[in-house]
Amino acid sequence: MVALSQERLVSSADAPARRSTPPSFDRLFRLASLASALLVLIVLLGIIGSMIYGGMPAFREFGFGFITSSVWNVNEDQYGAWVAIVGTLTTALIALVIGVPLSLGIAIFLTQLCPPWLKRPVATTIELLAAVPSIIYGMWGLFVFAPLFANYVQVPVSNIVEGMPIIGTILYARTPSGVGILTAGIILAIMIIPFIASIARDILDQIPSVLRESAYGIGCTTWEVVRNVLLPQAGVSIIGAIMLGLGRALGETMAVTFVVGNANRLSGSLFDPGSTIASRIANEFNEAIGLQLNALMALGCILFLVTFTVLVLARLLVSRVKVG
Amino acid sequence: MSTIALNTSSAVGRAAAGNAEAPVRIAVRDLNFYYGDFRSLKDINLDFYDRQVTALIGPSGCGKSTLLRTFNRIYSLYPEQRADGEILLDGQNVLSSSIDVNELRARVGMVFQKPTPFPMSIYDNIAFGIKLYERLPKSELDGRVEEALRKAALWDEAKDKLRQSGMSLSGGQQQRLCIARTIAQKPEVILLDEPTSALDPISTGKIEELIEQLRSEFTIVIVTHNMQQAARISQFTAFMYLGEVVEFGPTTKMFMNPTKKQTQDYITGRFG
Repeated sequence: MVALSQERLVSSADAPARRSTPPSFDRLFRLASLASALLVLIVLLGIIGSMIYGGMPAFREFGFGFITSSVWNVNEDQYGAWVAIVGTLTTALIALVIGVPLSLGIAIFLTQLCPPWLKRPVATTIELLAAVPSIIYGMWGLFVFAPLFANYVQVPVSNIVEGMPIIGTILYARTPSGVGILTAGIILAIMIIPFIASIARDILDQIPSVLRESAYGIGCTTWEVVRNVLLPQAGVSIIGAIMLGLGRALGETMAVTFVVGNANRLSGSLFDPGSTIASRIANEFNEAIGLQLNALMALGCILFLVTFTVLVLARLLVSRVKVG
Repeated sequence: MSTIALNTSSAVGRAAAGNAEAPVRIAVRDLNFYYGDFRSLKDINLDFYDRQVTALIGPSGCGKSTLLRTFNRIYSLYPEQRADGEILLDGQNVLSSSIDVNELRARVGMVFQKPTPFPMSIYDNIAFGIKLYERLPKSELDGRVEEALRKAALWDEAKDKLRQSGMSLSGGQQQRLCIARTIAQKPEVILLDEPTSALDPISTGKIEELIEQLRSEFTIVIVTHNMQQAARISQFTAFMYLGEVVEFGPTTKMFMNPTKKQTQDYITGRFG
């Protein structure tokens, strides 16, 4: 045994070099791949740097008031981000409120209840939903969904709730046009469902079937198994999946710009038009000069910071349970 | 051959002799089982006696786990699996469509190959199963949890950390927690599917002692790959091969003096 391995060693050392590529190529190859990796980092840092540089004049001019002021007046060169920030958070929140239960329902149906023959069609449909370009959602939202929403939801609901306390404000449409914060939230919900649903499905699929069997084994119904065992077992990864959806909802531009109404107004009603950071930038950057451009850049910085934080948290949460 | 035969025969000496006078708790009649088109159990007829431990042994793929999984109809989670024939639990056919499967599973508890604590505290792991079927005041629930943990020989190790996650226990403790969870529901039958195959010898020993004690209250069916284990803890043994029951009888007889040559060969380690 020992003799044999020694013999092998000797023979391999004596073997003639049969390489078709010289060792120097390997060094080059390693450098090239390192450069590719570094390039991404440099581009990212470059973007962050130029955003901050571009937004600086606005931050310097308005200070902290840039965030808390709701004035956005191009003629007087006064800019504040508050309306756009509120709009961004509200639309994203609405998207989550509508999208998360639906996404979890889809994931639970696909992993626990779906008969095998139906699995593929449903899963494929969900994936196709993710492949629809956001401009299509925007067009569909503005030309098809908004008029229907105005006629069949905004008008009747406004008639019913008019004069009621609180709800009479939140769900009252002064001008039932169909576009507004709630419409944007609904369109966003449709857009984030495929993301949350497919990640949640993967997470549920990773839970060992023996855990599921033992939950059924003590006499749990499907609801009890899902509610008390599977979802807690999936735990923070599900929250991670939701935050990935949130990250997308916060930054989505095109579809929202179509349906949000683009008004710089703080309103108590979800039926009223508003704007988000992304829609504000998309609407104005074309003609922006001087301080207005700086203010848009500063808005961009804020959006970037928020989505970046959300995505980092989401990644951390999703990866956490896969290990344990 | 000689060592295994020696071990098993000495082990058989320790197990209590089977009591064929005991009433039949589960009667399996003409049971066939199919995975899709594949017939994996063929005309099974077997009796399981009240408050006795019956071991199902046989090589991998012989159908012993499949048979176990029909008793609480856990197989029905998978649409491509089906069973026909009769499994009479106290005279009632559990395969009948009129049976409430959730209730059946509370009557026929199951413990799996790997410990499967639920993602909740030790206390809740046990209380959860009880609360599915009984509405009890807190003090009574506490008592039931303690009783179950004591019966599963886990009370002393767990009593100071009932609020901690079930995952914080060791593998052997987790498996005893799963047994506690099962007995807390006061089932009639306990199914054990290779309950010690993922455990070290010391934990295995504790589980075996536990099974011995639980026999006074429950009818137990255990699937095991470990022949010495079958000999040590069971009163009856069924040897299965290729989806059929080759031989069934009191464990002492099965290990000391089997009728069929196939049984003899398997028990002495000549195949399987």
